[in-house]
Amino acid sequence: MNVGELASALGLQVLAGQALLQRQVSGGYASDLLSCVMAKARAGNIWVTLQAHANVVAVASLLDLAAVIIAEGIQPDTATCEKAEAEGVVLLSASQTTYAVVGAATQLGIAPGS
Amino acid sequence: MAEGAKGDQPAAAGKPSISKSQELVYELKIGDIMTRDPIVVGPDCRMSELKEILRVKRISGVPVVEAGRLVGIISIEDLILALERGLTGARVGEHMTRQVQVVYADESVIQAVTKFARFGYGRLPVVDRAGHMVGIVTQGDVVRGLLRQLDVQWQEEEIHRYRASHIFEDIESDQTGLVLRYRVAARDFVRGGEASSKLKRALERLGAPPPVVRRVAVAAYEAETNLIIHTDSGGELIAEVQPDRIRVVALDTGPGIADIDRAMQPGFSTAPDWIRELGFGAGMGLNNIRACADEMSIESQLGTGTRLEVIFHLAMERKKEAA
Repeated sequence: MNVGELASALGLQVLAGQALLQRQVSGGYASDLLSCVMAKARAGNIWVTLQAHANVVAVASLLDLAAVIIAEGIQPDTATCEKAEAEGVVLLSASQTTYAVVGAATQLGIAPGS
Repeated sequence: MAEGAKGDQPAAAGKPSISKSQELVYELKIGDIMTRDPIVVGPDCRMSELKEILRVKRISGVPVVEAGRLVGIISIEDLILALERGLTGARVGEHMTRQVQVVYADESVIQAVTKFARFGYGRLPVVDRAGHMVGIVTQGDVVRGLLRQLDVQWQEEEIHRYRASHIFEDIESDQTGLVLRYRVAARDFVRGGEASSKLKRALERLGAPPPVVRRVAVAAYEAETNLIIHTDSGGELIAEVQPDRIRVVALDTGPGIADIDRAMQPGFSTAPDWIRELGFGAGMGLNNIRACADEMSIESQLGTGTRLEVIFHLAMERKKEAA
């Protein structure tokens, strides 16, 4: 499954990286602690979080993640979206909770990243 | 030259969405891609001779030139019309088109592309500013010219990459090293991760194995984040790249770590709540660094500063890559 298919299946809003939705999703990870993400998330994973500041983009870029899903409708500021656009990071917004996003993604066959 | 001014506009605007070939259409000059010394005929040439020239040379039209100056153009269509009327003995000058669309050698290729599209012509004579015929340009010339230029640029990029990744083989010394130094400001969360991102890109360009690049990136990010969160006045992230190893040092001038053993324990953190709310200060940073690095050492003194050193060996990864 690619990022675009996941985004439409879950009704996610694309905040940045519209051109990169073809990327395949290799698995998923959820946490709001950046160090845990650095330790556990793998290249090509989606990352579900409540954090919405610019550092999320740095983490996603360093780990080469497929997309960041910001849950509970939290909107990052425009500077964060611009940085994501510049770094080639896909930012998605979900109205659902982290738990619901992970549940729905799991139903679609996206496994925990490893 | 109203149409010329219009044609030049998109290049000047420098739209980010412009593709490489579109860019080249503006950059390349018609003189670079045209065919020089094209086949031409004089106005006195008979239609029967023209028929032979077109047949033998397998072309569908030729410019008509008199004393070096372009006076018209004659196509296979003009020839067929003349032959239909049995005028094989007629002269080219009587049947040629006199109002000829031309392009200039110093114009960009987009002028030719625009005229091909507007008039439906297959070829355009190229003249210099004094009106002398200097060549001919066809749609095939445009395609060939663009492909050749793309090829040249691609090769230049390849050479660029080759040079970066072979720096250690090309430069001889008893110990070659490349030092990359990044300044990290305290409390600057917005720019957090910039130094490690730059380091990651540099290592990729230098041709370091991807698994090592990933480990260095994670360790460098944690070290950078520590400089941002915990130091009084920021610090430096210094990477020393050698053929067989990468050493990353994070240096700061305080406040220093009171108890390094405790700081190494997972979950132990001295970060204030507002920083923790941003997702930092989970107390995993030093653990992450240790997990990623092949060697790690940390020295710290309260009031003086901290020096963290991590080493990544490249030899083993290279062997794994080769296998």
